[in-house]
Amino acid sequence: MSSVSFVDLGVRYGDNVALQPFSDTIKPGEWLCLIGPNGAGKSSMLHAVAGLVRHDGRVLVDGSPLDLRSSRRRAALVAHVPQSPVLPHDMTGFEYVLLGRNPYVSYFGSETAHDRAIVRDVLERLDLGAFAERRLGTLSGGEQQRLVIARALAQEAPILLLDEPTSALDIGHQQQALELVDRLRREHGFTVLSAMHDLTLAGLYSDRLALLHRGHCVAAGAAESVLRAETLSEFYGVTVSVHRDTDGTVIVVPRRTMPLA
Amino acid sequence: MSTFATSTDQSAPVSETSGRRSWWIPGAAVALGVAFLFGAMIGPAGPAWHQVPGEILDRLPFVSFDSGATALQSTVLWQIRMPRVVLAAIVGAMLALAGASYQGVFRNPLVDPYLLGVAAGAGLGATIVIVVNRSATDSWPVDPLPVVSFVGGLLAVLVTYTVGSAFGASRVPATLVLAGVAVTALATAMQTFLLQRNTEVVRQVYSWILGRLSTATWADVRLVLPYVVVSSVVLLWHRRLLDVLRVGDDEAAALGARVDRIRLTVVIAATLGTSAVVSVSGLIGFVGIMVPHLVRMLAGASYRRLLPLSVLVGAAFLIVADIPGRILSDPAETPIGVVTAFLGAPFFIVVLRTRQGALR
Repeated sequence: MSSVSFVDLGVRYGDNVALQPFSDTIKPGEWLCLIGPNGAGKSSMLHAVAGLVRHDGRVLVDGSPLDLRSSRRRAALVAHVPQSPVLPHDMTGFEYVLLGRNPYVSYFGSETAHDRAIVRDVLERLDLGAFAERRLGTLSGGEQQRLVIARALAQEAPILLLDEPTSALDIGHQQQALELVDRLRREHGFTVLSAMHDLTLAGLYSDRLALLHRGHCVAAGAAESVLRAETLSEFYGVTVSVHRDTDGTVIVVPRRTMPLA
Repeated sequence: MSTFATSTDQSAPVSETSGRRSWWIPGAAVALGVAFLFGAMIGPAGPAWHQVPGEILDRLPFVSFDSGATALQSTVLWQIRMPRVVLAAIVGAMLALAGASYQGVFRNPLVDPYLLGVAAGAGLGATIVIVVNRSATDSWPVDPLPVVSFVGGLLAVLVTYTVGSAFGASRVPATLVLAGVAVTALATAMQTFLLQRNTEVVRQVYSWILGRLSTATWADVRLVLPYVVVSSVVLLWHRRLLDVLRVGDDEAAALGARVDRIRLTVVIAATLGTSAVVSVSGLIGFVGIMVPHLVRMLAGASYRRLLPLSVLVGAAFLIVADIPGRILSDPAETPIGVVTAFLGAPFFIVVLRTRQGALR
């Protein structure tokens, strides 16, 4: 289990500041979910942690700076599930998940029997054995999403970054994918940083929320303190009503502004 | 606690690659052997076709075999037919391997050494050397012709890539091809301009452009072999990383791949090999796009299989494609580039049609 700390983490694209200096610590095994309107800086922050964009400030994993590590060492610590993954239609499920072993293979090397055994194990654990020989182009969106998560698991990284992991899925597959991440995090002690649009699901699965708005973190904490009708109205410009279920789940429901006839 | 839907048919044991595919490489090697033998058997003069296997056996160490061919026939086989067959194999292997590598590194199914402008850039480089005065460089320890044509080819592919990516080649693969067309046109125009001002070298330049596969000697084989070996070893070493690049630059980087370094290394190696073979074979189009696509259709798209198979199939393909040129030699030999274009142009259209979804 690993902790992730952000020390004044900021992202700029030229003069455009995507993420203002952000400081926080995700405890080992904790799930922090970034929420906020489009363009708030959620993906920029995930990309900074994954090493895909240049950033200011620091990202520390268990106290040591992530950006000083080689790209392969970094990939062995942080696995990234992108928002819209590239799925080569003629690649098989096994070949795809095997890519997750890249951090452990030297430049001119090839995967060992150990790497292949890990991939087989991951596929079996996620009930994806039947897709090992299938081409990605023949699979449904939900099956593809599970393979993307399987690839991240094959990376054996203690930190999981999920960028809108459920935006392309129907409600049933959304639940399946999030249940899977939740189960794996409890089994393996992953530390999770995600970005999500569905506020109810974000509050339901994560331990803590951080609300970003134009690059600033404007609210952070447990779901019931962040997901408040007036806060969401201020930063999303949305009219919602927020309910609490008997088990404490915070439910965010959009309201129609015209009265129902 | 899992709410995951588990159906029994999904818990089948995981098999990673079916046994069927592991036969592709031996199969392709056999096909290359057959093509090689076939290529050596055909041709005017020389030994009769049935004497050729015996002649080859006789050349093996510790084997003595009397094929019944005369000394003259034997010389024709070993000094005229063999260099040509071997050179065709080397050129075909290199063009197919370079084509597959360019396709991988640019993540673009449409590119090959010709469409990227490599061949035209190399041709311009060679023309410059010839115009500047070929004979003055005869005493140099290293022949500048392959070196300058390599630089020309490399410059062309880098310009193509830079221009193509500036206009969105990552989203629209055809953009890279269009950039390649522009670079090819520019390099060809510069070459034509140079030739117009130096008409005395036109013959020399055209014999370079058309290649000398038909007059191949062992010296030509020795000239290209070092470049082709270095290029092939580097490219084959990258076959696993080309699979990683298939998920795009960002995801490959997040998986720990040094994308820019891989791309530059592969482009340099593929261009080195292409420029070297172009300097002996002339402009032979479509091999670099036809062979890798054929291999993909048969054996799958993984670069681990695609690169070695492209070497074998490319070599076999060009040996066979060279045969019509050697038979239809009346009144003049059919250039091999004509044969490959005859097969390749329709094939390219089929690729466009079947890959339409991927091109949008």
